[in-house]
Amino acid sequence: MLDLLDLGLHEGAHLLIERALSREPTIVVGGTSSTLAVDLPPWARARGHRIERADAMTFILHRSTTTRWHGAERAGNPAEPQNHAPLRWGLAARGALVEAGAPAFDLPLADKREVWADEAAKLYAQAAATQWDPATAIPWDAPIEHPPEVEDAIVQLMTYLIENETAALLVPTRFLGRLHPHFREVMQLLAIQAADEARHIEVFTRRARLRRDLLGLSTAGGQASLATLFDEPDFAIASFLLSVLGEGSFLSLLWFIRDHAPDACTRQVAKLAAQDEARHVAFGLAHLARHTGEDPTLRERLAAAIERRHAALAHTAGLNAEVFDALILLAAGGWEPADLRRGHAAVVALGRAMDDGRRQRLARLGFDAERSAQLSALHTRNFM
Amino acid sequence: MSKDLVLGAVAYDAKVVPIWEGFRAWFTARGLPFDFVLYSNYERQVEAHLRGDVDVAWNSPLAWIHTERAAKAAGRKAEAIAMRDTDRDLTSVVLVRADGPIRQVTDLRGKRIGVGAKDSPQATLIPLRVLADANVTGSIVYHDVLVGKHGDHVGGERDAVKALLAGTVDAACIIDGNHVAFVREGLLSSNAVRVVQQTPPYDHCNFTILDGGPPSIGQFRELLLGMSYDDAVVRPLLDMEGLKKWLPGRTTGYALLERAV
Repeated sequence: MLDLLDLGLHEGAHLLIERALSREPTIVVGGTSSTLAVDLPPWARARGHRIERADAMTFILHRSTTTRWHGAERAGNPAEPQNHAPLRWGLAARGALVEAGAPAFDLPLADKREVWADEAAKLYAQAAATQWDPATAIPWDAPIEHPPEVEDAIVQLMTYLIENETAALLVPTRFLGRLHPHFREVMQLLAIQAADEARHIEVFTRRARLRRDLLGLSTAGGQASLATLFDEPDFAIASFLLSVLGEGSFLSLLWFIRDHAPDACTRQVAKLAAQDEARHVAFGLAHLARHTGEDPTLRERLAAAIERRHAALAHTAGLNAEVFDALILLAAGGWEPADLRRGHAAVVALGRAMDDGRRQRLARLGFDAERSAQLSALHTRNFM
Repeated sequence: MSKDLVLGAVAYDAKVVPIWEGFRAWFTARGLPFDFVLYSNYERQVEAHLRGDVDVAWNSPLAWIHTERAAKAAGRKAEAIAMRDTDRDLTSVVLVRADGPIRQVTDLRGKRIGVGAKDSPQATLIPLRVLADANVTGSIVYHDVLVGKHGDHVGGERDAVKALLAGTVDAACIIDGNHVAFVREGLLSSNAVRVVQQTPPYDHCNFTILDGGPPSIGQFRELLLGMSYDDAVVRPLLDMEGLKKWLPGRTTGYALLERAV
């Protein structure tokens, strides 16, 4: 007999009863709680357990023959995702036992082939471990002694970076809301990427406003380029254009700013942002390399996307002249003709470095050298 | 449309709509053309049933008694064809404050007795009958939440308990299961009240039919009794309606209420 002593149903006694019923189909329950005879029968009825009264304070309980877990299924294996995640698993943790009848969520990115990278967990862990605090990681009080026009150039570059990082935040986030959480590591990685971009937007904004009240220029051509990313409905193509080509090119740009900026604050902002962007590029490359390995037709769809985007942007101005000139002035550091010549050469070299990087990454996805060169040349002149 | 089996139910809560929409889809998918009509109170539902507006009524115990009496007076016969497993052998209790002077039920003579809505079998009619049987009468303080819905709404019982805790009544009458429910929702603290009276068991709702109904009532009852909690489609409906399975109707559990009204 299960003796509840003076513990009442209103004090948690049901846990002892359920435990006993999980072991035996029929149990005898007794106790001295003054409300046992009031509380036990309705509790048993509500759970479908049949109850008989043996005497004033003793009851016989027969375990319910029904359970809400009939037809329940495991949402895969907690250690690794399976190839397809059914929508009926919804938001359940991977490996959880899911009750039948749960609503199907609208999570169309539910195939491992489309979204997965074996490196996702490692990249997420790296990202989590290397999050930096904008308040302390940047020398905001470092001296600024360069000419006012160079400061204007920095403000223009920051304005441009903010716009592009906003695209880098919003584009993956739109897919994040459609990604089946069965692919937990990818979900976490996209989430922390969004946090990275939020931080970049913060530090670029703060740097722009260190010495100026107003920000720089935003061109129609630049936004047209970003609109082609923003409107891309296919996850693989959006990742390819954004992470592999766009953020890949931005790595070179951020390294350029790190190497040429005249003040420590700008250099550090660019350095830390580049560290994060390198992870974003690594994930894009990893999951697309895996995807193209499983679906060789994807490669030509990606190539077609570059060509399509190039055609769509053919009528636009590309990189705004102010950004180009700001990069020259940043690298020149002043107005002497020799400085400007050096700055111009550095920006031309930046273009080559971006092209080299894109071609290497295209090669990682299986494009041959000639095709890689051809496709890299078609990448948006806006860099992102 | 006229071939549908039409059920009447009282809309005591917004969830009544999804419950019966869900059951309608389930019955229809199994070849029983089915529809439902919602009423705002049981009196109107009973009248409609007697007029033949509905074929079967999901009745409170008081509505069952009203239907049965009216049918009898008209030379007709009412039948309870099914009920929830949770409709059988309920009790009500009379609570007093654990820190108060009331030690036993007879101490309540002449006191203020808090009950639920005027027409609640479980929180008013049955416990007052049982108290009267024990020669306990006092001033009755009703907590009328949604009169006409026969106490289906828990608000009247909750208000009675609040009044007990506030000291404006000396006792509160509620259905047995609400003791633990009110502790769980934080209304009652553990051991704040004492039970001075528990009523004998009684039964609650049933599906009522009248003689001369359509033959599809048999199919309705058969499908109802065949519903399984293992079925993921009906499980949420059964959860909302508060049962694990439907049982055949019985009328032996209404004697206490018969004496109360």
